[in-house]
Amino acid sequence: MDWQGQKLVEQLMQILLVISGVVALVVGYATESFRTMMLIYAGGVVLTTLVTVPNWPFYNLHPLKWLDPSEAEKHPKPQVVPVASKKKFSKK
Amino acid sequence: MHSFGYRANALLTFAVTILAFICAIASFSDNFSNQTPSAQIQILNINWFQKQPHGNDEVSLTLNVTADLQSLFTWNTKQVFAFVAAEYETSKNALNQVSLWDAIIPEKEHAKFWIQISNKYRFIDQGHNLRGKDFNLTLHWHVMPKTGKMFADKIVMSGYRLPNAYR
Repeated sequence: MDWQGQKLVEQLMQILLVISGVVALVVGYATESFRTMMLIYAGGVVLTTLVTVPNWPFYNLHPLKWLDPSEAEKHPKPQVVPVASKKKFSKK
Repeated sequence: MHSFGYRANALLTFAVTILAFICAIASFSDNFSNQTPSAQIQILNINWFQKQPHGNDEVSLTLNVTADLQSLFTWNTKQVFAFVAAEYETSKNALNQVSLWDAIIPEKEHAKFWIQISNKYRFIDQGHNLRGKDFNLTLHWHVMPKTGKMFADKIVMSGYRLPNAYR
């Protein structure tokens, strides 16, 4: 998943869960059925899981541009020269 | 949100948080229900009234309990626990409460009832104060919710009196 996809997933997850909760509460209260509320909410959670958790293709529409391997060889990583460590004398 | 496990965890946590909110609001909605319960208790007979070997008074009553507790049931009610208590005052205690009968009412349909029984639990005093005693019979109820706060209330019925002598 690319960055845009991750942002989309987070927003979708929050919105879908909140809407499931609100719809469940309203319908449950109107029908005076606690069971209905729980079932609607459970259904909403399952739906949200199916939409947001798997790595669907539409979350990868802005893929990151990595450098080609050949390009990377032309610009090698700079070598780090090891510096001699200085010993510190502790004051007594 | 970079991996499957991360997203699954985030979803689960948020879903449970919202579930907690839903249950809190469902419990809060119980405050808006209009409750109009009614009850009547008749003492049909005093079966016997004796002093026990230990010195405590004991009475056996036959009660007729009529009640309509249907309006106590809301969408968030699991069951209603109702009990009848005899309440009276003695020189030793300002308030004595003795539970005589109780029942669990699981559904609204069973909440309008009429029952004639002798007391389920023994009516024993701490001492021998019951002769000629005036007492109240109170129907208490606890409305037990599916989630959230439990509500309790009562109806006090007064004017009952025990006989002046043992039988």
